[in-house]
Amino acid sequence: MNAPQMSSQAAVTGSALLTNAVGLHARPSVKLTQLAKSFSSTISVSTDAAGPWIDAKSPVKIMRVKAPQGTTLYFEALGDDAQEAITALVDLVERRFDEVEGDDHG
Amino acid sequence: MANVGIVIVSHSEKVAEGAADMVRQMVGDAVPLAFTGGNSDGGLGTDVGQIMEAIDRAWSEAGVAVLVDLGGAETNTEMAIEMIDEARQNRIAICNAPIVEGAVIAATEASGGSPLDIVKQTAEELSPQ
Repeated sequence: MNAPQMSSQAAVTGSALLTNAVGLHARPSVKLTQLAKSFSSTISVSTDAAGPWIDAKSPVKIMRVKAPQGTTLYFEALGDDAQEAITALVDLVERRFDEVEGDDHG
Repeated sequence: MANVGIVIVSHSEKVAEGAADMVRQMVGDAVPLAFTGGNSDGGLGTDVGQIMEAIDRAWSEAGVAVLVDLGGAETNTEMAIEMIDEARQNRIAICNAPIVEGAVIAATEASGGSPLDIVKQTAEELSPQ
């Protein structure tokens, strides 16, 4: 949603609105964690721009967020591929985690 | 390095198969996965030989994380590990985690390429400390 800001050393940030019916439930949590793990950068997620920040690569912590539909997810990444990570994660949320339409069982 | 494999050991074959289904559907095919459950008569129970075979099916050079349900599933898994050749024993870890959630979480961690100790540690974050 927001354009990630480019910087070599500073943290790259981005955000996206959860529009899929189930929000950040089990399957979306797994997909988010798997995608985050594919980048070397340190990546954090929050449901508030001010934090608290949660490790995006921790499946247990991400599943505990239980953010419902309509929540804005904020991402922050630090590292060599931070820009790519933020772009990919925002895209995943905006694609509704590739969930099949009408499949609302989390 | 290959991803850590996941083995599910339940007293019930249906529980084991269902947990494995959840792993496949939620996490995908990036991790070796095997399950076993029930005794040779089709009743509830676990079998050391079958657990050894399941470990073989899910074997990865990175090791395997085993999720178990109640009592005998754990002791029989420990027995199975003791009977496997020593070179592989230290690459098999039983996770102290709920079997279904633990299997999904361990597989998620494993699918990102994490080593066995991290896979086990992440699954065990599910259990009350």
